[in-house]
Amino acid sequence: MHVNFIHNIPFFSIFLAMFSGIITPFIKNGKYAQRVNSAMILIVGIMSAILFLNVTATGESFTFMMGHFPAPWGNELRAGPFEALMAITFSVVIWLTLAGGRTFIFEDVLSEKQNLFFIVVNLLFASMLALIYTNDVFTGYVFIEINTIASCALVMSKGKGESIVATIHYLIISLLGSGLFLMGLSLLYDITGHLLMPSIQQSIFKLMQTGEYQLPFMVVVGFIVLGLSIKSALFPFHSMLPGAYQAATPSVSGILSGLVLKSYIILLIKIFYCVFSIDIIHSLKVTNVLFIFGVCGMVMGSVYALREVKIKRMLAYSSVAQIGYIFMGLGLGTHVGVIAACFHILAHAVTKAMLFVCTGGLVDVSDKKDQIRNMRGAAHKNLIAGIAFTVGALSMVGVPLFAGFVSKIYFATASLYSPGKMAATLITLAISMILNAMYFIPSVIAIWSLPTEKIERAPVEPWFAFSMICFIVLNFALGIFYKPVIRILELGIGLLS
Amino acid sequence: MNNTSQNTNPKENNCTWKRFVAWVNGEEALTLPKHCISEKVEKSEKSKVRKNWEETAELRQKIYRILSIVICLSIIVMLLITVKELPPFGSSTNPASNEVVERYIESGLEETGAVNIVAGMILDYRAFDTFGESAVLFLAVMCVVILMRRDSNNISAEEDQEIAEDEEFEKEDSNIILKQIAAFIVPLIFLFGIYVILNGHLSPGGGFSGGAIVGAGLILYSIAFGHEKVRTFFTFRTFTKISVSCLLTYCAAKGYSFFTGANHLHSIIPKGTPGNILSSGLILPLNICVGMIVACTMYGFYALFTKGDI
Repeated sequence: MHVNFIHNIPFFSIFLAMFSGIITPFIKNGKYAQRVNSAMILIVGIMSAILFLNVTATGESFTFMMGHFPAPWGNELRAGPFEALMAITFSVVIWLTLAGGRTFIFEDVLSEKQNLFFIVVNLLFASMLALIYTNDVFTGYVFIEINTIASCALVMSKGKGESIVATIHYLIISLLGSGLFLMGLSLLYDITGHLLMPSIQQSIFKLMQTGEYQLPFMVVVGFIVLGLSIKSALFPFHSMLPGAYQAATPSVSGILSGLVLKSYIILLIKIFYCVFSIDIIHSLKVTNVLFIFGVCGMVMGSVYALREVKIKRMLAYSSVAQIGYIFMGLGLGTHVGVIAACFHILAHAVTKAMLFVCTGGLVDVSDKKDQIRNMRGAAHKNLIAGIAFTVGALSMVGVPLFAGFVSKIYFATASLYSPGKMAATLITLAISMILNAMYFIPSVIAIWSLPTEKIERAPVEPWFAFSMICFIVLNFALGIFYKPVIRILELGIGLLS
Repeated sequence: MNNTSQNTNPKENNCTWKRFVAWVNGEEALTLPKHCISEKVEKSEKSKVRKNWEETAELRQKIYRILSIVICLSIIVMLLITVKELPPFGSSTNPASNEVVERYIESGLEETGAVNIVAGMILDYRAFDTFGESAVLFLAVMCVVILMRRDSNNISAEEDQEIAEDEEFEKEDSNIILKQIAAFIVPLIFLFGIYVILNGHLSPGGGFSGGAIVGAGLILYSIAFGHEKVRTFFTFRTFTKISVSCLLTYCAAKGYSFFTGANHLHSIIPKGTPGNILSSGLILPLNICVGMIVACTMYGFYALFTKGDI
């Protein structure tokens, strides 16, 4: 019998991540738990890279039957260039974020609970992989549950009062999103009779022809889109982010902002293409609604960030603005818009994770105070963190050669294809870039300005420095050699529909 | 930066410039009061802002309350209208009565070997989802351990003393009725729970419901005879060992089954004769695993929330 190991990679990755999460309670020492975790992520990253090379070479996507029964009776996974690219990015970013922030993790989390922290990280990674690869909406929901609980556990892992309050806030809003999504799913099952994405799509096409259940269908679309937007912190539902990112340890803030929010958006994109089909979404005007909220988020996120004097809260509001960019791209309703949004998912994941980790380093050398005014000269004390922060800030503002620039120029180009929204897109892009510069540049100046007292260099931690250098290289790589990435995204999104 | 600009710039007395410098230095946000930064004025102005904020807080709370009621009511109305439009319950022409359900009902027994079709569905046809659900339980209990298990962050010496006093008090209390009845009823509960788990593939029930029964029995035992008594056979170590090894068994068994199934390899797991206790392939061992995880989780929640330890 011939076994195609490439096709088994999505299944292996998810099971390996879950397996390492399950055995971690046996490892009492946090340091060993961390090693298991990083080895697992490395293996998954390498497997995803093999999968990626294979699917981009063949230019095809495939489905994988989970068990003895073919879909629609059993579960199914699906992988193509889009999924493989996202899986690689997620593995690389989560690995670098955890490696760079390992000293913060071991400081912030009590030593007897460090192994529990890594259980949660492993299961979180498994759930994000499952959300990327799933071809079944109910499997999607099950892993959304794991994702929600795990991200709340990571926020509270510090165990201080502040982080508990932030966790409760985070939990309530996340559960609101999951609840709406689940209600949407059950209504969807009631009117289509399927849980597998392609089968639902067939049923929906039939319903569209016969004109049955129009109202329930609209409610379903509304609930699913609303639920996933709440979970990915689209503008009016962002209030849980600042508290959570402020209270959590830097790596966790980086993972939550860079990856967890994105995993829901990836699921939403898959649902748009594989369940509802983009034409129906367009005809129901869902794209217009997302566009309006996205545009508001871009401006309001930056306005809130301007009012912050604490650096982590400022970064959190900046994430709100960036999520606004992504939803604006989806809201353009065209193929190019979605590709620009996907590129921004990559660019923001790489940049924001780096910003949070290096902020941890900068706060550490400023007597653990996180107001920007206390951080004067921090970059001189921790040089590599200062450089990383500057690179991240310039990338977020959208300076050429950095990753953030490419996605902005693609958003601008994409707007040309949707005439009604062109002016609004271009004007908000311009306003948002100016606002971004207005809050990022002063903080960069603040950390580089010479303090009055003598500068004491903090010792360079090798893992931190390594992770920051990798992030900076990744940022430049995405900003300069973006053509192949865009081509792969075009291929992948094309295969989804 | 501040010094140099003040020395060289002729605008040094200009309020706007000072504010700008302060903003660049991250000392002040843009939206704070519009005036020069002189210590005194800033303080009074800040308290004014706070006062305003407190005055409007009540108004905002009112608006939030009204808005929340309006939003909830509109969602309720919308959902009620939607439910009216949905296909009638149980009708044979429903979209949900399609080839998927047909195959589960008609060939479920033959394909999975389970007389209880629901067990066949959740542990064979859609076993991946159930694996996810068991992982949710495991993760939830691990989160409660992170949050509640005693450590230097969440327990002070005072609280420790209070708990010790409570335990003393409980020891003195004889609770004779509770103890007598519990001694009689707990073995029965365990027996029934084990029956439900082991017969999961033959009759209604299974790992989730049977595990909940066993867990409830454990909780009753702990209430009646005290936490210490349970600790003689069920500590945090046994708890971790049981839940981790059950989940590992699940992971390994299903990993093998998925691998053979997806790659169309021959699986060595026999189906047995439907109706026998040893039948239906992996469903019986998986039910036992799920049952143990659920029982441990239920008791774990109870112990962690009351005592902060298992």
